[in-house]
Amino acid sequence: MKKDVNKKSKYIDINGYKIEDKFKDLNKNIKIEILKKMYQIRHFEYQTEQFIIRGKIHGTCHLYTGEEATAVGSIYAIRSNDYIASTHRGHGHCISKGADLNIMMAELLGKKTGYCKGKGGSMHIADLGTSNLGANGVVGGGLGIATGAALTCKLRKNGRIVVCFFGEGAANRGIFHETINLASIWSLPVIYLCENNVYAMSTPKKEAFNIKRISDRRASYGIEGLTIDGNNLIEVFNTVSHFAGECRAGRGPVLIESLTYRWGGHSKSDAQVYRSKEEVKSWMKKDPIVQYKKVLMREGVLIEKEDEELEKEVEEQLKEAAEFAKESPFPDKSEVEEDVYA
Amino acid sequence: MRKITYLEAIREAMSQIMRKNSDVYIIGEDIAEYGGAFGVTVGMYEEFGKERIRNTPISEAAIVGVGIGSALTGMRPIVEIMFSDFITIAMEQIINQAAKIRYMFGGKGKVPLVIRTAGGGGTGAAEQHSQSLEGLVTHIPGLKVVMPSCPYDAKGLLIASINDNNPVIFIEHKLLYKNKKYIEDVPEEIYEIKLGSADIKRKGTDISIVATSLMVQKSIEVAQILEEEKNIKCEVIDLRTLRPLDIDTVLNSVKKTGRLLCVEEACSFGGFMGEVSAQVAEKGFDWLDAPIVRVAGRNCPVPYSLVLEQEMIPSVERIERGILNFFK
Repeated sequence: MKKDVNKKSKYIDINGYKIEDKFKDLNKNIKIEILKKMYQIRHFEYQTEQFIIRGKIHGTCHLYTGEEATAVGSIYAIRSNDYIASTHRGHGHCISKGADLNIMMAELLGKKTGYCKGKGGSMHIADLGTSNLGANGVVGGGLGIATGAALTCKLRKNGRIVVCFFGEGAANRGIFHETINLASIWSLPVIYLCENNVYAMSTPKKEAFNIKRISDRRASYGIEGLTIDGNNLIEVFNTVSHFAGECRAGRGPVLIESLTYRWGGHSKSDAQVYRSKEEVKSWMKKDPIVQYKKVLMREGVLIEKEDEELEKEVEEQLKEAAEFAKESPFPDKSEVEEDVYA
Repeated sequence: MRKITYLEAIREAMSQIMRKNSDVYIIGEDIAEYGGAFGVTVGMYEEFGKERIRNTPISEAAIVGVGIGSALTGMRPIVEIMFSDFITIAMEQIINQAAKIRYMFGGKGKVPLVIRTAGGGGTGAAEQHSQSLEGLVTHIPGLKVVMPSCPYDAKGLLIASINDNNPVIFIEHKLLYKNKKYIEDVPEEIYEIKLGSADIKRKGTDISIVATSLMVQKSIEVAQILEEEKNIKCEVIDLRTLRPLDIDTVLNSVKKTGRLLCVEEACSFGGFMGEVSAQVAEKGFDWLDAPIVRVAGRNCPVPYSLVLEQEMIPSVERIERGILNFFK
């Protein structure tokens, strides 16, 4: 994926699509804010891991470490009132969309102050105030919700769009086929963003698909689709910006496959016998945060000292979130049958 | 007032709400020009157009999923699932998504979704198009389940279901749709029947009969016969909504009659009337003069051959025998 080095050209070629380099036009503050979000995700997951090790997490958690560029790049490419539907590996999406770290962490510890009042845990954090339609415990669980939200946008002509995150594992569920087909015949404004992180729990992508690119499935639905480097924030940002515009113009949906890698195991109980340490290391060399930082430094947007301060600031935020979560009360037993019905 | 059929009452409820509230739309298979497999939406496409009478491919999981997502973002969709047997294809959406969203999000968000579907047998449609699957959904917290037995209730309950902020499974009966025997006066204006309110369809003092949907009509028929022929006065209670369940109306009746017969079309094993029986046994044991009895579908799939189908589904005769056994 060669970038156009001609500074006069606004366009870059991604997978044969001529895509405008909108990242170039972002102001410095936004570019730094993006880095901060990536740090927040990384350190949120470090803190979560600490809680897992110390037995503070009652259930399970699926960490987003290593995939930060996909969530942050795509969510910064859409508007704040555009919807997202997330996955069981959803911390990154929630943080990118603007969820509060304290409230998220409290939910992980099952506290009353958490996003779901302790009823949902890591897999069900929803933040409707930021148009986040929720993480989902079922693989592919967000596909119906996202497609329905896109139908609302179309019926109400409100100019909003939807980004539907799902893993490559979900692309083999029937709901993938049913919903993308519906979105296609109705031209719904939804970006289907497949986070191909190589493994569906333990099953590698190559054992579960007989096609090279999951985005090739676009052909079945007569829609646009492409595969991008999901660890390259700028590529994610530009691609999603472009297709967000297409969706808003009534030319959606699109299927984007974002190639990335899950640094950790599937969940807290994964010994990772199905992959080698070398493989993990090779992907860690493609750290999306390091890559993005290098770009900012090259552009002169960021100097090392600012970077250190930024990361330190995020570490402090996470300490505070951890404290908030620990100090928060558990829900009262009397709440168990509340919230079943509206 | 004028007399209309069950099907016309359902169509009228939807049309009237859709004229008032642009958030309401219908989504389902063959519901546009064709008017739905049973003709419920006939003429609505012409009035409301294809955006709001939204025809779909054969994709039940996506149809329900889309309903959920649009309900969560402010619309009030009515999903039509052609046969209730096919809710099984959308069960992940119904059970794991629609029913759970509000609770798992900690009381945030709401899913004002109605899934209308045609249940029941008696049409020779055999095993995969005749089931009574209400027991599968009544078991799930977060869902409401409605089964109207007559045109007046169908209209009022459907309007209440559309206005409700929770997912509602609204199970219609194929044999009630067009049967002129069941036409009745239905107000022309919009009205609601509160979900969770049973209705005493016929007053009586000797035995309480609890039923749903078509079995209410059959029970009323039996009650008339027995009053005329044997002077047995049956009180027929139509649950109307299975969840929420109005057990108080049942208990008050049992207090008076001392006898309870539960009638349902679904297979008895693990069926919904087991829940009604258990609650009456728990809360009204002292008032019972005899064991609770269920007349229900036989414990097999709904067969094709008319002889077998009539044996599987509770008949007027079987309900009558069930009652007479109390008075031997």
